[in-house]
Amino acid sequence: MTTVALVCYIGLAVASVAALVRLCLGPTVPDRIVALDNLLYVVVIGIAVAAATTGSGAFLGVLVAVSLLAFVGTATVARFIERRGGE
Amino acid sequence: MQAVLDVVSSALLLGGVALAVVAGVGLLRFPDLFSRMHAATKPATLGLLMVCLGAALVMDDGAHSSKLLLVAAFQFLTAPVAAHMIGRAAYRAGTGDLDALVVDDLRGVSDGSATPQAVRGTRTDGTAMEDPAPEVP
Repeated sequence: MTTVALVCYIGLAVASVAALVRLCLGPTVPDRIVALDNLLYVVVIGIAVAAATTGSGAFLGVLVAVSLLAFVGTATVARFIERRGGE
Repeated sequence: MQAVLDVVSSALLLGGVALAVVAGVGLLRFPDLFSRMHAATKPATLGLLMVCLGAALVMDDGAHSSKLLLVAAFQFLTAPVAAHMIGRAAYRAGTGDLDALVVDDLRGVSDGSATPQAVRGTRTDGTAMEDPAPEVP
């Protein structure tokens, strides 16, 4: 289980760096939202992996909150772009 | 039994993380917004479901497992809605690469220059598709 955790964390690090690069490069606001959304899902997956490998449920409340926040944030900025334009 | 659960859980965790890595590569390599969204929505539903299921299998406490399954179920409700909202907002703001689309059923609908019936089943170059979608009564 420790090896699995290590491999998972390395994979999640690669995924989050890729999302961060796309977040910085853009070039439009919707591109950045998709990248940020993806970054939040990487965080959620990371918390779930940590909970599975340690057997501790201490951070599962954070898991619920972050996954809710990802949806609310995405929906809010999507409404914002629709009125204002995406450049 | 515990060993079997551990193996299944490890496979699910690694599968979910692999999907997250693939989505990261897709975000970097794909050329426009809609193809990037295509890559990025894989870990958002299937990847998260696999990871939450894998974690729920090895949790000792039933309350922890149910919380993980709640997150997965909620994700299946919200991820399509969020992706649809981003896609629609990007289309209306004109930020996606619309020339790269093969079929664009929304062309002319948003600005009112064509009726949905006239647009349906038409490619972006104006030619009709071989098998246009049936009219909705």
